[in-house]
Amino acid sequence: MEDLQALAKRLMALDDKLTDCMRCGMCQAVCPMFGASGMEADVARGKLALIGNMAHELFRDPESLGDKLGRCLLCGSCQAACPPGVKIMEIFREAREVVHSYLGLHPAKKLIFRQLLARPKLFNAAMSIGAPLQKLVFRSSQDSQGTVCSPMLNFMLGDRHIRPLASQSLHAKVGALDERASVGQLKVAFYPGCLGDKMYTNMGLACIKALHYHKVAIYMPSSLACCGIPAVSSGDGQGMVNQLKVNLNLLADKSFDYLVTPCGSCTSTIKELWPEYAERIDAPSKRAAEEISKKTMDINAFLIDVLHVEPKANKEGVKVTYHDSCHLKKSLGVTEQPRKLIQANGKYTLVEMKEADRCCGCGGSFNLFHYDYSRNIGQRKRDNVVASGASVVSAGCPACMMQLEDVLSHNNDNIQVKHPIEIYAESL
Amino acid sequence: MVSQGLISDFERMLGKENVFSSEADLQSYSYDSAVLEPVIPSLVVRPTTTEKLGECVKKLYDNGIPMTVRGAGTNLSGGTIPDRSETVVILTNGLNHILEINSNDLYAVVEPGVITAQFAQAVAEKKLFYPPDPGSQAVSTIGGNIAENAGGLRGLKYGVTKDYVMGVEFFDATGEIVKTGSRTVKCVTGYNLAGMLIQSEGTLGVISKAILKLIPPPKASRAMMAVFDDMQNAAEAVAGIIAAHVLPCTLEFLDNNTIVRVDDFTHSGLPREAGAILLIEVDGHPAQVEDDALAVERVLKENKASAVHIPKDAAEKFKLWEARRMALPVLARCRPTTVLEDATVPRSQIPAMMKAVNEIAAKYKVEVGTFGHAGDGNLHPTFLCDKRNKEEFHRVEMAIDEMFDVAIKLQGTLSGEHGIGTAKSKWMEKETSRGTILFSQRLRRALDPKGLLNPTKLVGI
Repeated sequence: MEDLQALAKRLMALDDKLTDCMRCGMCQAVCPMFGASGMEADVARGKLALIGNMAHELFRDPESLGDKLGRCLLCGSCQAACPPGVKIMEIFREAREVVHSYLGLHPAKKLIFRQLLARPKLFNAAMSIGAPLQKLVFRSSQDSQGTVCSPMLNFMLGDRHIRPLASQSLHAKVGALDERASVGQLKVAFYPGCLGDKMYTNMGLACIKALHYHKVAIYMPSSLACCGIPAVSSGDGQGMVNQLKVNLNLLADKSFDYLVTPCGSCTSTIKELWPEYAERIDAPSKRAAEEISKKTMDINAFLIDVLHVEPKANKEGVKVTYHDSCHLKKSLGVTEQPRKLIQANGKYTLVEMKEADRCCGCGGSFNLFHYDYSRNIGQRKRDNVVASGASVVSAGCPACMMQLEDVLSHNNDNIQVKHPIEIYAESL
Repeated sequence: MVSQGLISDFERMLGKENVFSSEADLQSYSYDSAVLEPVIPSLVVRPTTTEKLGECVKKLYDNGIPMTVRGAGTNLSGGTIPDRSETVVILTNGLNHILEINSNDLYAVVEPGVITAQFAQAVAEKKLFYPPDPGSQAVSTIGGNIAENAGGLRGLKYGVTKDYVMGVEFFDATGEIVKTGSRTVKCVTGYNLAGMLIQSEGTLGVISKAILKLIPPPKASRAMMAVFDDMQNAAEAVAGIIAAHVLPCTLEFLDNNTIVRVDDFTHSGLPREAGAILLIEVDGHPAQVEDDALAVERVLKENKASAVHIPKDAAEKFKLWEARRMALPVLARCRPTTVLEDATVPRSQIPAMMKAVNEIAAKYKVEVGTFGHAGDGNLHPTFLCDKRNKEEFHRVEMAIDEMFDVAIKLQGTLSGEHGIGTAKSKWMEKETSRGTILFSQRLRRALDPKGLLNPTKLVGI
């Protein structure tokens, strides 16, 4: 009982932020989870009410609060549309951490976040051993997206159609990069993200190709750790801090003009969360994280806003439709740049789909624990993609790309998934 | 509390995925958008066919359990807050099909859980128009709109929800199906029970289907924004526009406090000294729009508008309208608690009402920003406070009491569009009469002898 009081007390720190919710319910219009389940406890208003009730000791079931908090993609759609501007994402992140520190983190998660993802060399080694072995358990889904599936691992992976691990990761292919910038030349730290390094290596190569084409020098160490968003989403602040320490060691003292990533989720995590969590390390780390945060940019925005790549008009090209990744649009406000970058390849014609900025349903670890809902949400996105008549769908975040491939593959759609940078790099 | 047996019955009837009994789920159906204390229900059920909806009502009636029907739960007067801890909440969002949109006969048939904005969009795709546009339309349901007779920005010219209801099917308290109205423009078959169901706030029956009137959309429109130094001049301009026999589809106003608060937030260069801003839009046939716009402009100038802005295109209009769109969000950000009221007066009484609202706010030392639908006298005085501060919240409650007194004295009404629920029931008799309350209660008891349909709402039973 005393424990529960302590839990309530920690949640009471959120009371001022929670009180801002006026219970108008407008979050229902944009919440992908509510769209799929229609349950009030799944929408921000319901979750905020439950957190508040637990803080005020009117609700005494932390386990089911943890479950409810987990039924959320952290896509930020509710916050972007919230009339009174409640800081919903901050509340959810903090509440997840408080509740999971009470319940204890799942041992598997603890192992992954605190050990594996914070030890890039170990993670890299595990993945490079895994890559050749996957042929034994996976088989091709026989689709246009090139995914694989595994009836053998159905108990673990469900009926997922996923992109296989690259036979060689990006850093193994190109090695660690630390190019010298001559006078007047820009230098960027390139952060490919875990998926960009290990699954979507072609996308990573496209980034390097485009940066080199524009004569930008690249710094890419081979042992970058995860950005930390999976740990934060699971309420593991310590896991995030462990990973952040590794990354700051590699980035803090380096000289570069921008840090560029092809992943909307990594970009928003580095920009918005690194300074916040670096505060838990020490003051110099916080300063370093703030400096890096200021220099961090999405690669689409970098190419359009800094390098001034120009779109070309073509009404007759291959039809491509663009999906607004939540972290790109709702956290970073990047909407026009990826569209312009796609149109910089004159062979393509951009067509808009309906609800382009509605969440695709991936949500990182949400997909692991709620695959049925994830697929349900993804199906709505897939229907909009198909209705657009495009033969390619583009997204600026590998997690969205993975989700799009899964739903398109399951529907046997002949539609390819590409990052805007891949489309642009084709023209170089 | 409901028995385990009853829960199992509902699970068999509706499927486990449509029966919610965990404490976490129950707590999330204990509130709506009104600033009132939550009440946790004993069970929440979600029928997915109209037949099952009827079966739910019958089962609850047979077991003597009170029921509250809930759409999106955006009610501002507590209509969807459960009455008691035994209450079972019936959700309508499992009934969300548009059954028919008939372009030849200009009507649509929908289930109660259809979302207003999605319906309006589907209608627009068929080149038709469903005008009611309550502020919550992005999430609100048609069933809720009918039960509350929801209004919106287009009330002056196009009317409110009741003007578009041609027919309703509903279950009475015992679960019998009642059908009233039809797909025809004229229908005098039996009592106008659809009229009775409109704004009955879930106390007379459970709506299962609605036939809604559609109209051809206007072919053209013209928007403008007028700035006034003095609220009185703005109000006279509103009266002048109507007197010139122009009915704008939108005629909205913002008071000085709202203008300043919005400008603080958006830095969009709004006239911070202005007593009021009017946002006006006329629509219809292009030639008519041309004439109406000129007439409106003339009236605005005659009534000392210090500036009149006419946007050149949709993008400019979108910008001018930002002040109105941002009014509630900005006011809501000022303080933790936002009490959004909807006292309504005959439009000629808007200056008197505005003066009174500001005097009352000063008297009780509470902050209020007012915006609203000037064309139909429907004001939204928005009280900004922190309900956790009991002393302050008490002052807000006293200010609201006094505001309603003034509204009634000015021959206005307690509620233009938010409903009575439990929030305003104590003032009902003051506006109407003892006889009205007794008549309404007798009506309810005759139709719902066990007193189970949203029992404490409106006049009680």
